[in-house]
Amino acid sequence: MTFDNREKIKIMSEQPIDSQEYNITAYTENQIGLLNRIAIIFSRRKINIESLNTSPSEIDGIHRFNIVIHETEDVVRKIAKQIEKQVEVLKVNYNTNQEVIWQEMALYKVPTDIIAEKASVERLLREYGARAVVIRRDYTVFETTGHREETDNLIEVLQPYGLIEFVRSARIAIIKHSDGFNRKLREFERTEPGSEVIENEFLNSRDKVFTM
Amino acid sequence: MFTKEEPIRLLQEKAPQTMSGAEMTLRALLAESVDTVFGYPGGAIIPIYDALFDFKEQLNHVLVRHEQGGIHAAQGYARASGKAGVVFATSGPGATNLVTGLADALIDSTPLVCITGQVFAHLLGTDAFQETDIINITTPVTKWNYQVTEASQLPEALAKAFYIARSGRPGPVLIDITKNAQQQKFGFSEYTPCTHIRSYRPAPIVRPEYVARAAALINQAKRPFVLWGQGIILGAAEQEFLAFIEKSGIPAAWAILGAGALPTGHPLNVGMLGMHGNYGPNMLTNECDVLIAIGMRFDDRVTGRLDKYARQAQVIHLDIDPTEIDKNVATTVPVWGDCKETLPLLTELIEAKNHPAWRQRFEQFQTEEVAAVIQDELFPTSDELTMGEVIQQLNELTLGEAIVVTDVGQHQMVACRYAKFNHSRSNITSGGLGTMGFALPAAIGARFGRPDRTVVAIIGDGGIQMTIQELGTIMQTGVDVKIIILNNQFLGMVRQWQELFNDRRYSFVNIASPDYVTVASGYSISGKRVLERRELKSSLQEILNHAGSFLLEVMVTKENNIFPMVPQGCSVSEIRLR
Repeated sequence: MTFDNREKIKIMSEQPIDSQEYNITAYTENQIGLLNRIAIIFSRRKINIESLNTSPSEIDGIHRFNIVIHETEDVVRKIAKQIEKQVEVLKVNYNTNQEVIWQEMALYKVPTDIIAEKASVERLLREYGARAVVIRRDYTVFETTGHREETDNLIEVLQPYGLIEFVRSARIAIIKHSDGFNRKLREFERTEPGSEVIENEFLNSRDKVFTM
Repeated sequence: MFTKEEPIRLLQEKAPQTMSGAEMTLRALLAESVDTVFGYPGGAIIPIYDALFDFKEQLNHVLVRHEQGGIHAAQGYARASGKAGVVFATSGPGATNLVTGLADALIDSTPLVCITGQVFAHLLGTDAFQETDIINITTPVTKWNYQVTEASQLPEALAKAFYIARSGRPGPVLIDITKNAQQQKFGFSEYTPCTHIRSYRPAPIVRPEYVARAAALINQAKRPFVLWGQGIILGAAEQEFLAFIEKSGIPAAWAILGAGALPTGHPLNVGMLGMHGNYGPNMLTNECDVLIAIGMRFDDRVTGRLDKYARQAQVIHLDIDPTEIDKNVATTVPVWGDCKETLPLLTELIEAKNHPAWRQRFEQFQTEEVAAVIQDELFPTSDELTMGEVIQQLNELTLGEAIVVTDVGQHQMVACRYAKFNHSRSNITSGGLGTMGFALPAAIGARFGRPDRTVVAIIGDGGIQMTIQELGTIMQTGVDVKIIILNNQFLGMVRQWQELFNDRRYSFVNIASPDYVTVASGYSISGKRVLERRELKSSLQEILNHAGSFLLEVMVTKENNIFPMVPQGCSVSEIRLR
């Protein structure tokens, strides 16, 4: 079977074009194993998770997942429903990048002597809104917060100056047109308080227990 | 009056009792009205089995021969009785042997509570003897699962397990209990069943405006068509469904797990949907103007090619699970909710109709199908026996009163197409997962769930060999299951595909069988082999009359194909009669 480039291009162009980045926001119970239960909803369909952040929400005891994937709306809608179907998930929303305020944080480790020598580097960092977090004799750690392109650009800029290490956080996003769930969740937590996470307290007691 | 025992008893009731996790687990089962448990002991679940020794009177424990047999038996029990099936298995291999059954129960929405033993909590993650991470292994195949590492967590975990398994769209739940939690004594006062979990909504809220829109659509319809699935049975909405069908006068066809929710003989029951379903229902799916799907999920075996599926129709979808709506087929009017609640609302709003001309279309297709397929299958003129005639003869003897449990393959399609069902919860088969080896253990479980009914297992020569060890369970418990092996000396369904689509390259479908009658006799089970037509009916009568289990092997024609058939990748209206 021949499969030339024209054929390839034809197939490519037949693929849905409305695939884009979506921000999935899920409010959940804080439960061991739930992260896996949510993650396999994506991996089962061979969808790559671009970014995943779990954090507390505005309500004590309720967690918030921010998940970013690149997909069509049809797929995202079905996935959002599948996540919401999980017993310990309270509510799921999905939004395009235009519908959210989003930020990612990045840290850059750069040799201090170069920064001290070259005033241009300091100017550059200021331009990018970078802030020094730690300054040591051997290296300095800068932090920026922004969109992916901004944090990515700074890597390119710092590379010639001996960038030692770079790390970027997962994305966090706030939905623009949403009253939030604060009131709803607060009411929820008041009427039916959640329970504490139960961890395995026996893991460290191995030497004290005799078992067969 | 003040008696001697009274103050002591009162004191005991007030003070929290000290009880082991193992005993508490069994008390929880009793509180949940569990009467039967299917299980297999092992190291990590010994404390629970030890406690079970004292509960032999209250809990009937069925010792199976393999954990897969145990879970399929629990599925058969649940499907026949409508109660949750309960399984005990040990850690490691005992637990991993449950995985196929969990996957089967999840896709077929069967309520199960599986309790597995686990190594001591302090050994978790150390690759201890018979340790597997069963929680993570079973996450994709359970509705919910939870690991208990301390006895005091057990009452709440078990209560949630039963609630989640049974409520909403039912499904399997697994509770993994570490050995220390089973042994540990704790202050236990009272078991409270769970009736609510704040993050879990078993059924969506019914929205009457959508019911009204659905009714309006049905009232205008010229050629309406109902598709129903197991949702009717799971929702115990058979009566509500009957009332809806009879008032609307709409012809209705079933997905395989829905069989029996409306009796086979009902004039509005027009037959089976899908790849090997009836001619009319498949053809007319692409002619109806309003398609009403109730408690079914548009599986690919039902829909065939989706972009050519009922494109002309407006679709109403009633389902308790919101993820099913718009999953495969775009809906015009979604009706979220439990069909036991939504169907009466809908029936109330629709006009009584009869649709005689439209129903006649189904009859015409049926006549064609009888001439082309059914006549020869049920009343063959050739010498060799067909699978269809076995089912036909069985119908004449059971009159549609038996529970028919089938395995997976050609015999399953024949049995589901031709078996008569007068009652709901009578067709037990592995639908979504297509698990060979399901039938024998599921039939055992079904009989434990409904000891008042005749249970007939219809199994191919491939499937029986996958879980044949459960003959041992029959032997030991004396459970009464009628086993019919339809032996065509092939893995028939794969052979059919190889014949039709792979140039008759019969690759590894030629399967040898042991002498089943001898095998059965080794387990002290009566058996018989039928080779000729004249022996068939009397032999079927014999197994039905026999007190206790009986294995009947029927030698059927080797290379028979199941028709009609919607070839893969084709539209339902491209169904072939030959």
